[in-house]
Amino acid sequence: MHELSLMTNLLDAAIAAADGAKVHALRIRVGPLSGVVVEALRFAFDALTPGTPAAGARLDVEETAPAFHCPRCRTDYAAPVGSYLCPNCGAADGELRGGHELELVSIEVPDHV
Amino acid sequence: MCDTCGCNESPHHPHDHAHGHPPPVRTIAVQKSALALNQRIADQNRGWFRAKGLKVINLLSSPGSGKTTLLERTLREVPRCAAIVGDLQTENDAIRLRATGAPALQINTGATCHLDAHMVAHALADLPADGLTKLFIENVGNLVCPAAFDLGEAKRVVLLSVTEGEDKPLKYPVIFRHADLVVITKSDLADIVGFARDQALAAIRQVAPQAGILEVSAKTGAGLAAWYAWLAG
Repeated sequence: MHELSLMTNLLDAAIAAADGAKVHALRIRVGPLSGVVVEALRFAFDALTPGTPAAGARLDVEETAPAFHCPRCRTDYAAPVGSYLCPNCGAADGELRGGHELELVSIEVPDHV
Repeated sequence: MCDTCGCNESPHHPHDHAHGHPPPVRTIAVQKSALALNQRIADQNRGWFRAKGLKVINLLSSPGSGKTTLLERTLREVPRCAAIVGDLQTENDAIRLRATGAPALQINTGATCHLDAHMVAHALADLPADGLTKLFIENVGNLVCPAAFDLGEAKRVVLLSVTEGEDKPLKYPVIFRHADLVVITKSDLADIVGFARDQALAAIRQVAPQAGILEVSAKTGAGLAAWYAWLAG
């Protein structure tokens, strides 16, 4: 359940970025190699937000796929976790270039006109 | 201006009804990793290790795969090594490892399922690092959570014992994908438990094509020469 401490970090970053304003929504990006479970993040979010400026906020989750670059045939490809072969040449030594993400992308705050 | 929903009504209007209009919002780009703080401390740890000339190895596996037993033998047979060991409770592993004569520190994580860079940074304050060349960090036995936390190590080693099932790498692909080396332990029990070696090797290669693979028995000593050679490399 390290999702609780990681969600705390994301929430702290959101509240800091809102600078005192209410947070309407958080957009986070989660890679399959980040080692976290999205459902557990949502559970942590619901547990942590009440009483904060993000109370009642929406949590938008972008899930990415592992991104690879094949050093042999120079193909860039996405592959599901557990199967990393290059779809073009079958090489198994693709360089991992994405899929570890666990980050707060943006927040939505009230637009005071 | 209402601070609850950002509409232009008075701040005191009740919010127990739907407005029928979406509140005007603006988006602020943040782009901050949840692991930013851990990463910063891990980088500091890495700088400290480099300054001390220490090669640091993060050992990961499920509970009972033989991390402590492999370390006991390694600390006895390879000079100038030390260990930091993480468990939820007890000093037992550090006591076992100190019996080898090498320095060993225990981190008790309480309820936490992994070591993070901050815990390791605190432990380093108590580490007599002068004269050491290698530091092993034995992570909390867990094949899931420790994968996410860089501790500042140079190498990650994931252990898989022959008693665990050949398809474990397929079930826990993330931690294996981060491994520099996969060590198959308890090889002396392979025949007794009917370990399907080819199947295990294929599973490791499928999810961790980047990793080297060694097979060892800390009990009989089989394969340890290759392990020591890898450590020296």
